[in-house]
Amino acid sequence: MNWTQKHLLGLEPLSAEQINIILDTAESFREVSTRKRKKVPTLTGKVVVMMFVEPSTRTLTSFSLAARRLSADVVSFSKAGSSISKGETLVDTAKNIQAMGIDVIVLRHPFPGAPHLLARELDASVVNAGDGTHEHPTQGLLDIFTMRDKKKQIEGLTVAIVGDIKYSRVARSNIWGLKKLGARVIVCGPATLIPPGIEELGVEVEYDLDKIIPECDVINILRIQLERQQSGLFPSIREYAQVFGLNEERLSRAKDDLLIMHPGPMNRGIEITPEVADGPHSVVLNQVTNGLAVRMAVLYLVSGATG
Amino acid sequence: MTDSRQILDAAWIKRAIARLAHEVVERNGGAEELVIVGLYTNGILLAERLAAAITELEGCQVPVGTMDITLYRDDVGIRANGPRLPDRRGTQMPVDISEKTVLLVDDVLNTGRSIRAALDQLMDFGRARKVQLAGLIDRGGRELPIRPDFVGRKVTIGLDENVRVRLVENDGADEVLIVPKGT
Repeated sequence: MNWTQKHLLGLEPLSAEQINIILDTAESFREVSTRKRKKVPTLTGKVVVMMFVEPSTRTLTSFSLAARRLSADVVSFSKAGSSISKGETLVDTAKNIQAMGIDVIVLRHPFPGAPHLLARELDASVVNAGDGTHEHPTQGLLDIFTMRDKKKQIEGLTVAIVGDIKYSRVARSNIWGLKKLGARVIVCGPATLIPPGIEELGVEVEYDLDKIIPECDVINILRIQLERQQSGLFPSIREYAQVFGLNEERLSRAKDDLLIMHPGPMNRGIEITPEVADGPHSVVLNQVTNGLAVRMAVLYLVSGATG
Repeated sequence: MTDSRQILDAAWIKRAIARLAHEVVERNGGAEELVIVGLYTNGILLAERLAAAITELEGCQVPVGTMDITLYRDDVGIRANGPRLPDRRGTQMPVDISEKTVLLVDDVLNTGRSIRAALDQLMDFGRARKVQLAGLIDRGGRELPIRPDFVGRKVTIGLDENVRVRLVENDGADEVLIVPKGT
């Protein structure tokens, strides 16, 4: 079992074995965050650049902490006030930074394929932190890690992804990873927010959340972007909450050991009620903790690979 | 030398552990503040056996920790096969090691680099009062100034040979072999 991938651009190109390598490596990194001194010297002297052309707080913080826990040097770079806003191309910006001597670029960008472009043009390793609506591989990995941690294995699990599937890179990465590992995946949401043809990815499509709730082992709830309501993709926030919101009444018809997950940030009272978000089924905070370990594993693996 | 040959058998391993347990307890005047930390993978099995032997002598439970040095190695560069994969179970310290006597345990002591990595990692867990080192086999060849406190047996081998310790839990038998390099 070897890891030879210099980049992490998505979960679609990975095999089940490769995904398991990342998950197993993440498991061994979990313990570092519990120490008094939360650092290991593994990436001493390496430079990791956070290039967040699309804004983020949680993913940026998570990646930055992960790199620092590995003793790497971290430089952050956002669109505002940078040369990108002056019209410099993505590749030019990246090559300029690379000329200062860097090892890993973590890129979040609104255009799908941006990390792939950088991976072709640069010598540094590239990690995709979200490219438009395409993939968000570390979120997919930490979601799957959380499921595996609680349920022991992914194969045979019934996982529902609920919400705005159409515009969600989190959904896509979840789908790729879960299908590779043998889970049953159901996507559920308003018809306007589920892309036609998504069944080709091997998922089941269901518009009636109440019908599938009793069958689910895991429900991964996506944030509803309120701007979508303005574009007429669903009638009202209240209606969305009634038809697709996870509330205690719906939970009463679910399995006792159902896991409730959410990538954050949550719209409390819309796609998820406060009682469910803070209740015993919710593993939202575990996701955040696991995210650190997963990102440490990803940075460690891509830094050591020549591929 | 083209074949593997056994130089020490299960009976020897059993007696060596018993002797090491006595030495550890004698040197430290008991086992009250002792924590035994084994290095993956054989070091952990030996640490557990040593702890059990000490419990038999002294009557007290000795906490056993597991240490994975993958993240502290000095050769964390780029390898042809990709990065070394840490053990899934990772490093686990059963207790706070501050003010404790920590006994590091490994099966074969060679260059000393693994122990150097283990010491650095141990320091990140706290300030032990004392750190001691036990090795089942010392084959010499130090590249760093590291020395063991307790040794099962010193062994001299050829440049084209390696020492391999097999333990029944993982390998089906307790024995110490000399094997040709590369096997």
